[in-house]
Amino acid sequence: MTHAQEHTSHTKLIWKVFAILSVITLAEVALGITKPASLYLTKILGTSPLNIIFLVLTVVKAYYITWFFMHMADEKKSLRRAVVWTAVFLIIFLATLLLIEGSYLNDILGPLTKWNY
Amino acid sequence: MEVTIPTENNGTSWKGGNEKPLGASYGKMMMWFFILSDALTFSGFLGAYGLMRFKFHDSWPIADEVFTHFPFLHGLHAPMYYVALMTFILIFSSVTMVLAVDAGHQMNKAKVTFYMLLTIIGGAIFLGSQAWEWKNFINGTYGAVKLNDGKIIQFVDASGEQITLESFVKSQHSERTQHTANKGIWFVKEAALPPFTLNEVVESFKANPGISIRTELINPETKAKTIIPHNESIGFLNEAKSVVMGANLRENEYGKTLFANFFFFITGFHGFHVLSGVIINIIIFFNVIIGTYERRGHYEMVEKVGLYWHFVDLVWVFVFTFFYLV
Repeated sequence: MTHAQEHTSHTKLIWKVFAILSVITLAEVALGITKPASLYLTKILGTSPLNIIFLVLTVVKAYYITWFFMHMADEKKSLRRAVVWTAVFLIIFLATLLLIEGSYLNDILGPLTKWNY
Repeated sequence: MEVTIPTENNGTSWKGGNEKPLGASYGKMMMWFFILSDALTFSGFLGAYGLMRFKFHDSWPIADEVFTHFPFLHGLHAPMYYVALMTFILIFSSVTMVLAVDAGHQMNKAKVTFYMLLTIIGGAIFLGSQAWEWKNFINGTYGAVKLNDGKIIQFVDASGEQITLESFVKSQHSERTQHTANKGIWFVKEAALPPFTLNEVVESFKANPGISIRTELINPETKAKTIIPHNESIGFLNEAKSVVMGANLRENEYGKTLFANFFFFITGFHGFHVLSGVIINIIIFFNVIIGTYERRGHYEMVEKVGLYWHFVDLVWVFVFTFFYLV
């Protein structure tokens, strides 16, 4: 984006992004309250399809906030990559290890937990 | 020695040449890297939450059953509505913030002031909402009984709906004084007494064949907590240790104490970010009013606090997903 454009107003884009974020949030809440059995009680990739939908929608929201509210789209590619790639890589790395270990703990601990008295 | 004369130092330049690394001013780039490190901090917390949740995924509290309050709708089961409202408040305050930044680019002082004010109000409303959410969580809804090994059992009616202790427990007028520090031989005291003694709860349960108990264990087929029939419940009640009302760092009537620990810590840490964001926004707001940035010739400071404010919103998006949705 050139310097001259920075001084023109982006109000329209801002309201558009707000509309997108609102629609996504409403969809999330509607799904979270109704919890359709076909999405909630079935399994895909180790979790329910509903959880996958929530995760994808969350990342989409994060993208819109970062790119258009925080103006990451207007920054230089080098700054964008330094921040975004670092975060994405480290977070995925950490989450993967922690969740694998959590499942392992559950596999080991679950059968040992007493549930009848 | 060469003296650096701060003629061109308008707060955005790097001293030592006109090159701007990564094409950003010093302050903006540092704000980005602060945000990066803060994002990793939050990831650590949410990752720890994920670890514990996977570890106990067959007995973790179900968020829909925990956060069911909405202002002025007493007794109504309203899962998620309130937190959805909070999310909207925060997203909207992000919109007013970005509108303030936008107005700053056009050097429109009146508009920046107005939108900054709206942002501050939005942040304050969010903080108040969070306090209300905490209050409900701390006070609890139904009450429960803790077993000797720390597990929680809750009470349900014949249709499987959870019921409050007040709805079935009859008081037996037993004497029970609160232990305070001046009555003991050692400097210990206890928190406020629960409204019912354990014995009252157990006796009332036995007298009421229509009610049964619910354990923390989740049935993987239905993803609902397991209900134990009334006549099989006695083994659980023999293990009962104490009555639990609400949630704190030591016990949680909704299930795992860890859930309460993580809830208080992560939403608390986020709330503290919102609080500091509001304070910084107020400082910048007054700077806008007295014309600091008008004289400086640009509103980059508004942009920088805007980055922080949007980041707080961004974190909430993830907290919302992992605590309330998933």
